[in-house]
Amino acid sequence: MSIHDLVAEEQPENFEFTAENEAEIIKIIAKYPEGRQASAVMPLLDLAQRQHDNWIPMKAIEVIAEKLGMAKIRVLEVASFYTMFNLKPVGKYFLQLCGTTPCMLRGSDDLSRCIKDKLGISSGQITPDGKFSLLEVECLGACVNAPIIQVNDDFYEDLDYDSTEALIDALSNDMPPPVGSVIKRSGSQAETGATSLSDILGSKSAKPSKKPDAKSKKTAASSAKISGV
Amino acid sequence: MLQDKDRIFTNIYGWQEAGLTAAKKRGDWDNTKSILALGHDEIIEQMKQSGLRGRGGAGFPTGLKWSFMPKEVTNRPHYLVVNADESEPGTCKDRDILRNEPHKLIEGCVVAGFAMRAHVAYIYIRGEFVNEYKTLQAAVDEAYAAGLLGKNAAGSGWAFDVYVHRGAGAYICGEETALLESLEGKKGQPRLKPPFPAGVGLYGCPTTVNNVESIAVAPTILRRGGSWFASLGKENNTGTKLFCISGHVNTPCNVEEEMGIPLKELLEKHAGGVRGGWNNLLAVIPGGSSTPLMTKDVCETMTMDFDALKAAGTGLGTAGIIVMDKSTDVVRAISRLSYFYKHESCGQCTPCREGTGWMWRMMDRMVRGQAEPHEIDTLYEITKQVEGHTICALGDAAAWPIQGLIKNFRPEIERRIQMYKSVTQAAE
Repeated sequence: MSIHDLVAEEQPENFEFTAENEAEIIKIIAKYPEGRQASAVMPLLDLAQRQHDNWIPMKAIEVIAEKLGMAKIRVLEVASFYTMFNLKPVGKYFLQLCGTTPCMLRGSDDLSRCIKDKLGISSGQITPDGKFSLLEVECLGACVNAPIIQVNDDFYEDLDYDSTEALIDALSNDMPPPVGSVIKRSGSQAETGATSLSDILGSKSAKPSKKPDAKSKKTAASSAKISGV
Repeated sequence: MLQDKDRIFTNIYGWQEAGLTAAKKRGDWDNTKSILALGHDEIIEQMKQSGLRGRGGAGFPTGLKWSFMPKEVTNRPHYLVVNADESEPGTCKDRDILRNEPHKLIEGCVVAGFAMRAHVAYIYIRGEFVNEYKTLQAAVDEAYAAGLLGKNAAGSGWAFDVYVHRGAGAYICGEETALLESLEGKKGQPRLKPPFPAGVGLYGCPTTVNNVESIAVAPTILRRGGSWFASLGKENNTGTKLFCISGHVNTPCNVEEEMGIPLKELLEKHAGGVRGGWNNLLAVIPGGSSTPLMTKDVCETMTMDFDALKAAGTGLGTAGIIVMDKSTDVVRAISRLSYFYKHESCGQCTPCREGTGWMWRMMDRMVRGQAEPHEIDTLYEITKQVEGHTICALGDAAAWPIQGLIKNFRPEIERRIQMYKSVTQAAE
């Protein structure tokens, strides 16, 4: 694939990190030994992407190269090597459908068909209104909760055609449902109830499957601001 | 069956909070100082006694690996790097540690780091695990605030810092030297070995790269003693292990079990059995996508440990078990893995860069039967040309699933070729 397929044709004239992100960058660089600031290239690309509607313009690559004392081509090389860096616009809801074998065995084809039916897009495409884009990705690492779609940062697990339809409807209305298993099982325990740890946690595991406490988890998570480090 | 009192990960399903208060109640950070008081060499000795073999796939003895670090620190600092780039298809155990038991990992970094005379650990977490990263970073911040990390980690007098570094979607960065390249701000392309990381690793300094699970079990092993861990499992395959059971079982799950548990027992006790019953089983990939599949007759008596699986021509790998029942299009299931490896090849070595593409394109034709029978041998020959001819094991990992398929399901591939021929001939 040539670089031209990866990079957006229309590019902004300028890119600057926000003051908040500039402060974050100082903290990020401090995590690596002196003279090793190139280690910060991935976190900085991630920051740029988060600041710029989930894609990295070429100007940001120049800014990062300047900041880290790297050649521009080295930064572009990193940005184009790693699949999570988007060098052209993606949808407001970036659907990353896992299609690798464990998800395939559990019906990821149905999810792909549902997305095509509902939104008319296939992998690599974006809806005309820019609200959704789809990419078939490789193993997301949540195989016992297959099949999975990652929407921006969040995993939706244990999906099927109908629940994917419900997910897309909710996102269309800008009402993202609670993150995690859509059948409400707690993490990776068996759907019918955990088969271990009953001695230690007593009655807890007797419950078929505890609804994950999405609210408290969310609060704990948001206290650690995502900085890409 | 493993008893709950011998399970290390008591919050694996996230019933309790991941944070420090709950973690301490589970026993984490309990007098960490006294573990460090054992001294560098005794910690390594206990780890050797435990028989722990690396949980990232290769199964190299962890204590021995730690002992390869230089005994004296020169002007090149030592580093511990934790491989949390979990991406092997079928594997999702480290995710549970990161999001539900992060303090076991962080405490493990302190004891392992101390043992190898390092003052810094980097945890390289796969980029897609954004929420897991947030939980882990929050736990690191808590540990600093509580004095468990920093200039005097856990009151031990040993300075220790832990930094979390996010990846950005590259399977290859799970290979230890590619991970180090990535951490240095480059493309994740594996380095030639030797030199090994223990001599020349991160920033050219002595480095040990360990899997999340290997590090997270260390504090419990050191509290309960190497002999406790060694008393579980089988000889040379000791201790407990997190198993991931995905695919065609009734209730896919992760579970901590004893090493050497029979596969059938594992599936039936914890995953509700094979969908449609044991007799509906077609094949199992036992240790993540890189390990060759086993047919039902091999599965009957197979135990889940490094040595038994190796003897059967496959491997325990990451213990990511992918179950396929008789409804599975097994050629497509393996072809999809070929696509995975083609997608994830870093492009550095020609046999892998070109070979993964060839193998996938041929596999794609085999799915439809659009091939000549002799091409099965050609495909096998290509896997042999890739295997062993690359810097890292990705080439091997791409070759093995296809070899396993041809070995076990050659008649099925031939049947498709015949079928395709008869259909196209009828059309003419």
